[in-house]
Amino acid sequence: MTTKAAATREALGPTLVRLCREGLDIVVVDADLGSSTTARQFGKVFPERFFPVGVAEQNMVNVAAGLAAAGKTVFISTFAVFAPGRCFDQLRLGIAQPRLNVKLVGSHAGIVTGEDGASAHAIDDLSLTLSLPGFRVIVPADVVEAEQAIEVAARNLGPFYVRCVRPKIPVIYNQGYEFQLGKTHLARPGKDVTVMALGVMVWKALEAAELLAADGIDCRVLNMSSLKPLDVESVLAAARETGAIVTAEDHLVHGGLASLVAQTLALHEPTPMAFIGMQDQYAVSGRWDELLEHYGLSAEKIADAARGVVARKKG
Amino acid sequence: MTPVSGVSLKELEALAKRVRRHIVEMTAAAGCGHPGGSLSCVEILVALYRHTLRHDPQNPQWPDRDRFILSKGHAVPTLYAVLAECGYLPVEELITLRKLGSRLEGHAVAGSPPGVEMTSGSLGMGLSFSLGQALAARLDGKDYRVYCLLGDGDLNEGQTWEAAMASAHHQVDNLTAIIDYNRIQNDGFSDYSRYEDKSRPQRTGGWVSEGGHTVNIMDLQPLEDKWRAFGWQVLETDGHDLSALIQTLDKAKGIKGRPTVIIAHTIKGKGVSFMENNPAFHGKAPTPEQAEKALAELA
Repeated sequence: MTTKAAATREALGPTLVRLCREGLDIVVVDADLGSSTTARQFGKVFPERFFPVGVAEQNMVNVAAGLAAAGKTVFISTFAVFAPGRCFDQLRLGIAQPRLNVKLVGSHAGIVTGEDGASAHAIDDLSLTLSLPGFRVIVPADVVEAEQAIEVAARNLGPFYVRCVRPKIPVIYNQGYEFQLGKTHLARPGKDVTVMALGVMVWKALEAAELLAADGIDCRVLNMSSLKPLDVESVLAAARETGAIVTAEDHLVHGGLASLVAQTLALHEPTPMAFIGMQDQYAVSGRWDELLEHYGLSAEKIADAARGVVARKKG
Repeated sequence: MTPVSGVSLKELEALAKRVRRHIVEMTAAAGCGHPGGSLSCVEILVALYRHTLRHDPQNPQWPDRDRFILSKGHAVPTLYAVLAECGYLPVEELITLRKLGSRLEGHAVAGSPPGVEMTSGSLGMGLSFSLGQALAARLDGKDYRVYCLLGDGDLNEGQTWEAAMASAHHQVDNLTAIIDYNRIQNDGFSDYSRYEDKSRPQRTGGWVSEGGHTVNIMDLQPLEDKWRAFGWQVLETDGHDLSALIQTLDKAKGIKGRPTVIIAHTIKGKGVSFMENNPAFHGKAPTPEQAEKALAELA
């Protein structure tokens, strides 16, 4: 791992500019947070393709739907608490049901948004978007993956949700990395236990694997960035081959990664599991790295959970 | 493009009557649905599809077609009936409304059948979608126009006013909104003007009548002033007078630099005596006996 750090949201503006220059018929509808989500950089280069609608997320979603129905590849972005949070009905009826070509990039997701407090912490955005049939849901682990995820969203017809974060987090991939829709990425091989992690928690899981290695536990780390479509084969293989699973996400443990993996394993490969994430509560203000520690979204807690599930292994 | 501009008023009136018969028959056969708000917008859709819109029933995806966006998705029986009369689908198919396996869903679903532009049924989204379409036309250098039909309920939704503000902001003069202003919605009367028992004192914020209707659900007046304040050109018309509707729609086409809204004054349940101005038929189909009586009136 390098010591470079970047926010995944920083990938949005530059990637959209590049893709539009490459000929994609991209337009952006913006609800007065384009400076934060970085979508505004697109507006600077392509002013005629950038449509501000003010702080009006519901309107933003259906304006996007209208543009998509006319053949455009439409990107909308705001804080994840506002979209999908504030405009869920619009996403369901306006985008998901007609399967329109709209890509929602939710920035500032998770408790890592930090000091702004609970009103700004989207910890249910994955539950919401996973419950929209037809939506693909991607959670990039770093800025390299974010750029690729945004490109995949742009080049594949239909709705996407891409979850990005505010703080600068470690860059774990080099430019040779290739994100694949519907595939997990094996961030670290291992045979005793698997940590399936999302977003910033992939970095924490890799740290946890180091801690576990010191105990003689060989920990596999899977980056679950393609949450939907889920790489069921890889999930089942991890369960069969390591026999113990920990999920780790900066999100409620209800309705996100934990629920999805548990549901998959319950059907096909019941396996001892533990869930690292927000436990039916809202967070408070604080520095993002402090908050992760405070709510147990840390390498130490992942390692503890991994030791626990290893002890519960069958046979 | 259908050659309809020469169609006589008498023919349009006859078409409106056939559409009303379809609505009664369809909802009666389904045993559920929304006849009241479907009957109130019949002339609006007839005027649009047989006079105003540039469209081609043989080519529903024609990129240069004018768009009709039904925001009040519960009135979709009217849209199906008019589309059928235009040749988008067989008239015989209308009777399958709301049945398993039918293309005619209970609320509008985009593309089902071809000619339905937008999925709706949850109010308040249509004007935003229409703005998106209007912006796309401008970006692509196309001259198609977008028409959006809104009901009273749509105007209760905050999103409609977000879209109203944004449409004027973006100066989309290729967008015309039409309000089917029948002043009745799900629970009763949107204001006091159509409530017949004037003996009761009016109560701020509304009340529930002995007949079980909510009266004064959300007064939209002064409606014209609201739209004007949001930056729209406002036109008003009798929403059942085909000649006046056509003239007003023509006038809207010529207004430049801002969007236009047509406030069409209508009567819920129009054309069937016992449904007219009766909130009971907002979301209830006629019984077979009621349907028979209604069809006799529409003979």
